[in-house]
Amino acid sequence: MTAELIHRLHFAFTITFHYLFPQLTMGLALLIVVLKTAALRPGHELWDQAARFWGKIFGINFVFGVVTGIPMEFEFGTNWARFSRLSGGVIGQPLAMEGVFSFFLESAFLGLFLYGGKHLSKRLHWLSAVMVFLGSWLSGFFIIVTDAWMQHPVAYSRLPDGQFEVTSFWQLLLNPWGLLQYMHNMTGAVITGSFVMSAVGAFYLLESRRTEFARIFLKVGVIAGLISTIVIIFPTGDLHGKYVARNQPAAIAGMEGLFHSEAGAGLVLIGQPNEETGQIDNPLVVNDLLSFLIYGTTKAQVQGLDQIPRDQWPTALPLLFYAYHIMAGLGTWFVLLMLVSAFLLWRKKLHTARWALWALLLSFPLPYIANTAGWMTAELGRQPWLIYGLMRTSEGYSNTVSAGNGLFTLLGFMGIYTLLGLLFTLLIYREISDGPAPGPVPAKGVEA
Amino acid sequence: MMGFIWFWLVAIMIVGYVVLDGFDLGVGVLHLFLVRTEAERQATLRSIGPVWDGNEVWLLAGGGTLYFAFPLLYASAFSGFYLPLMIVLWLLILRGVSLELRNHLDVGVWRDLLDGVFGSSSALLTIFFGAALANVLRGVPLQADGYFFLPLWTNWTPGVHPGILDWYTVIGGVLALVALTLHGALWLVMKVSGELEQRARGIVPALCLVVSVLTLVSLSATMAVRGSSLNNYFDYPFTFVIPAGVAASLGAIWYFNGAAKPLRAFLSSCFYLFFMLAGACWGLYPTLLPSTTGQDRDITLAKALSGPHSLTVGLAWWAVGMALAVGYVVFVYSGFKGKVDMGTAGH
Repeated sequence: MTAELIHRLHFAFTITFHYLFPQLTMGLALLIVVLKTAALRPGHELWDQAARFWGKIFGINFVFGVVTGIPMEFEFGTNWARFSRLSGGVIGQPLAMEGVFSFFLESAFLGLFLYGGKHLSKRLHWLSAVMVFLGSWLSGFFIIVTDAWMQHPVAYSRLPDGQFEVTSFWQLLLNPWGLLQYMHNMTGAVITGSFVMSAVGAFYLLESRRTEFARIFLKVGVIAGLISTIVIIFPTGDLHGKYVARNQPAAIAGMEGLFHSEAGAGLVLIGQPNEETGQIDNPLVVNDLLSFLIYGTTKAQVQGLDQIPRDQWPTALPLLFYAYHIMAGLGTWFVLLMLVSAFLLWRKKLHTARWALWALLLSFPLPYIANTAGWMTAELGRQPWLIYGLMRTSEGYSNTVSAGNGLFTLLGFMGIYTLLGLLFTLLIYREISDGPAPGPVPAKGVEA
Repeated sequence: MMGFIWFWLVAIMIVGYVVLDGFDLGVGVLHLFLVRTEAERQATLRSIGPVWDGNEVWLLAGGGTLYFAFPLLYASAFSGFYLPLMIVLWLLILRGVSLELRNHLDVGVWRDLLDGVFGSSSALLTIFFGAALANVLRGVPLQADGYFFLPLWTNWTPGVHPGILDWYTVIGGVLALVALTLHGALWLVMKVSGELEQRARGIVPALCLVVSVLTLVSLSATMAVRGSSLNNYFDYPFTFVIPAGVAASLGAIWYFNGAAKPLRAFLSSCFYLFFMLAGACWGLYPTLLPSTTGQDRDITLAKALSGPHSLTVGLAWWAVGMALAVGYVVFVYSGFKGKVDMGTAGH
């Protein structure tokens, strides 16, 4: 195993595990604001207890997100030193801004939200939920800005020693790639949040307990789920895909498995890319659809991998193809499930339709897979570049850290994260089986 | 000029981290041996519960600032100190998770385990942080390209090819352990009541004495390992106010603790940490990471500084962002003032 591969696996493993937590906290942060806002109406104490229950789930996820997130910032320096040395002046900015602008905000108000509940007025508690939401979404923004610059470098110049320097702060923050990716990614987080909330609601209804809360969870989860599963495809996925096609033709060709340039390119629904023969094995294709999706006309010419020099092909082509297809396939399932669930909810039949409740319950892991696959699509599509078109991945890793040292710490992380995964599951299982505070509290009048 | 500003801004963030996360690390160490009953344990944890993760943010914000202001230093030091940094990350993970889990698991045997993990990871972290600072003061074997890779230990002697741990850096580690334990004890005196408060106050004089001795030892050891660390002081004699500040803060800790003025004693400890770190930074300036393989290889401010436009832009948002951050810190701590509830009930 080469040092380059070890360092790539190191980052890939730790970031994939890390992102299991923020995708839920960012999605839940929005839904908790929805619950808290609904709870401001008189006579809606139940909604407040629902919000506090999800606050506890949020808190556990937050801690796991923090402890697995700290290594990410360190790994830029430990494992990707040559990259950091040249790029620090640019992407060090959004990374530092994440700490300064969002983590302080988030940690301050999360403490208030979780610990200060009983002493705070209703409005201040609501405000702390909003601030936690702002902090977590701001944090996502700075990370996307960082990644977007690696995907689509803008607003930079090079100093004589090769270092990158920012030329425009606002152009860096408002990188069009970043804005599109941000909308797409945050919608993905809302999907995770709404699927988890719906699944817990479905679980309580199937078990016939805590049904008063289950109804709230299903209502909020399914409505948010319907909106977000549509928005993830159109407009955010559509716009983002078209932007990738224009700026990273190799990535889109790899994602779609298009080995040969074609006018009227078909969309491969399923198949196995075969790099040796340069074709898709066992393909299931919809004719002309790819040309239409990218350019709006069925006869448009789409650039295939044959137009791209072999040394600029995405390095893990089949994995890129599968990651993208898993994401898109699951996305299709999400819309179908949420359309049906929302229809049943509207007809007031969802609470008794056990088959639909089972489908909602069993679907909760799928957004995690889809979000992970989406990130793999973005990052594998960028290969072989570390900074697209400017710096190769092979030029960026720490060459003072040998493969053996890298493997040592990778195995260490694998061990610790296995333990964390088990503990996390245990904690969340206990919270869900304990459930929200039982029944409505006796009315004590409106708290000041 | 930009170099001077950013050097001290990064230094301030490091001081912020050590002063704030320092007391909750110290509380973690005390959790191992000073705290006896379950009620005391819960009160101890409550005294840091709402603030510890905010304190840790200073590490992240400081790391990010270092990354963009001094990319070469960040790249070289983080890859060169690869193994100890990874161990620090693992300890931070274990510590954070054991603290969180303890709030949720009501079973005695698990609590004992989690208390042990929390306390020992806190203690190891203070040792690693102290040793890390000592490594920077001693210097590392920088190659011509600005990189290095340090093993955890070689022959335990600071020389041209030292390890992370040698007799000098171990002194740094032990000093950090005791100084932060003292810092944590002073925090506890402020935040808890009853017997635990008495016990915490009772160990302060002994800890204070040990810290004073170790401060002298580490100071002389630094002279021995890197004689040039006093040059800046002799060039600008008024800066001898820093070592004077160290001595005065130690005296103040002793005095205010004896006079039962816990807030002032704790603040004196903050000043002690501030003066120690500022003194170390001033001893290095304008070097960021000295080389044991020849002074021409030192990573200096001039070599490591980011592009001028990046730094100007950074100064604008940094000022705004840190003003906000300080506002949150004041807000959180003022909402959390006074003693914690010593009852057995959880939060």
